[in-house]
Amino acid sequence: MKKWFGTLATVWLGLTTHKLRSFLTMLGIIIGVAAVIILMSIGRGTQATIVSRIQSLGSNLLFISPGGTTQGGVRFGPGTATTLTLEDAQAIAGEVPNIASVAPSNSSSLQIVVAGQNTRSQVSGITPEYQQAYNLQLSEGDFISDYQYQRAMKVAVLGPNVANTLFSGDDPVGQTIRMGNIVVQVIGVLQSKGQSFMGGTDDSILVPLTTLQQTVAQSLTSSGEHVVRSIVVQVDDQQHAAGVTSEITALLHERHRLAAGADNDFTITSLQDIINTISQAMSSMTLLLGAIAAIALLVGGIGVMNIMLVSVLERTREIGIRKALGARNRDIWTQFLIEAAFLTLAGGIIGVAVGWVVSYFISSMGQMTTMVSSDIVILAVSVSVGIGLFFGFYPAWNASRLNPIEALRSE
Amino acid sequence: MIQLENIVKTYPMGKRELTVLRGITLNIEQGELVAVMGPSGSGKTTLLNLIGCLDKPTSGKYYLDGKEVSQLSGNELAAIRGRKVGFIFQTFNLLSRLTALANVELGMTYAGGVNRQRAIEALAKVGLSDRVNHRPVELSGGEQQRVAIARALVKNPSIFLADEPTGQLDSRSGQEIISILTSLHAEQGITLLLVTHDTNIAHQCQRIIQLKDGEVVGEERV
Repeated sequence: MKKWFGTLATVWLGLTTHKLRSFLTMLGIIIGVAAVIILMSIGRGTQATIVSRIQSLGSNLLFISPGGTTQGGVRFGPGTATTLTLEDAQAIAGEVPNIASVAPSNSSSLQIVVAGQNTRSQVSGITPEYQQAYNLQLSEGDFISDYQYQRAMKVAVLGPNVANTLFSGDDPVGQTIRMGNIVVQVIGVLQSKGQSFMGGTDDSILVPLTTLQQTVAQSLTSSGEHVVRSIVVQVDDQQHAAGVTSEITALLHERHRLAAGADNDFTITSLQDIINTISQAMSSMTLLLGAIAAIALLVGGIGVMNIMLVSVLERTREIGIRKALGARNRDIWTQFLIEAAFLTLAGGIIGVAVGWVVSYFISSMGQMTTMVSSDIVILAVSVSVGIGLFFGFYPAWNASRLNPIEALRSE
Repeated sequence: MIQLENIVKTYPMGKRELTVLRGITLNIEQGELVAVMGPSGSGKTTLLNLIGCLDKPTSGKYYLDGKEVSQLSGNELAAIRGRKVGFIFQTFNLLSRLTALANVELGMTYAGGVNRQRAIEALAKVGLSDRVNHRPVELSGGEQQRVAIARALVKNPSIFLADEPTGQLDSRSGQEIISILTSLHAEQGITLLLVTHDTNIAHQCQRIIQLKDGEVVGEERV
């Protein structure tokens, strides 16, 4: 114990003799560790933000889309087949348990005319369940009701961005829009949900599916069912998602008269799958950011080695004196190794503090969210001490091997 | 206490070998005060380094306190240097960033542990009670050498080895250092081996050994 205290006192003395030099050496480590903390916290923060945005879409969602088609040897992408129908959606709602809502939708690109201005835009035909499935709130007006849906009334609900573009600040509710060959009245505006990978609702124009069918020639399947672009199913609880998925698969397989063992002509993707995929991609990105920052840490480590080599050279005579006074090789080795480890440990701790503060400032400036987690902190500090031990090893070993007689003779 | 039997030391010099000591046989008893004299290159310092276990002989036997030490490992030699040998160098070899007290304590660091009280006492013995917290640059050459003596004294070694301890001092401070060493010898019975060029200093010792070209060429009792 007393011996260790002595070693620490010796190390402290070695470091404080050249304060500026020790500080500059530490600075390399400080910058490296801070960079790791900052970049990793930005990565983690962004990941958390994106996942929570997707979840705000409404959790427990399953997206059913039609499969691809093959025509004349050319394979078209998924979603191009016309196999999914409104009747499928009704069958799912009627026969599969543990479902909160089923929202089939179709969409079509239409000419939009408002106050003499002409644009082309995507119009979605939906059912009233759409609101619940996507967890939509209105900033004004009302959503499309069952009554309006049944009667195929000419009404529309606008996403906030569309409302802004078309009416530039005027109150859109009550105004009319010409789309294709019909005129619809705006009855509500959605609250903004922000952008998301699933194509948020901020840019949509929603009309009853029945209304859309009047303006766009509705495709029918060979059996006379109404084709839809997608069906969104809201499961009542996340834990039923797998069961519901397989039941829907079986049901659609049967309804589409597919032979047993034949490929499905539709795909079911759960929101959880999407979140997992995105999370994974974001984790890789975070890791990449960390790896880039780790290069700074490595450079800092090389700086430590450089200074330790200089320090050993400079203190050759001191090493000779210590050896003459009875220091074993191990004592000299320990002294220099602890010196290097101490430099990097102190650098690591200060680096964590700096990184933390900077992350906090980045967060508080808005735009970007950062998340400093304890595993990153522990990792960064232990890596920096490891770097000290690794890069301090060779200089310390050099020092311990010095011949005492020659060391004493050096100037 | 120190028994050297036919000690030979050679250094490789390129392809040839340089023989510095050619068969030294020597006995030094407990409490003796011995001067080693000889021209430059006669092997005085090499002999002192061998006795101080800083180096190993190429051949021959060396008994210290009855124990054969010539073929011990590096760690064992370090332990002997730490506990049994007190070096005093021509250039003092103090650590310039340490105070006198810390330099003396350094003498105990590798010899069982630091004891501040003993360090202060050792500095008092060499007359530096009022210089405890001074750094080497604030001390005169003679004072620095006295710190070095205190550093050796503090661990109670079996033998003191002084390599031209007055070589860098003016004659008055040199004489002071020699007085301190001889009085330590007289009062505490320390064993001291002193390398010197100065016949005057050599004649204050009990015994003078003359070296030339790596051999003992003469011995006289004062």
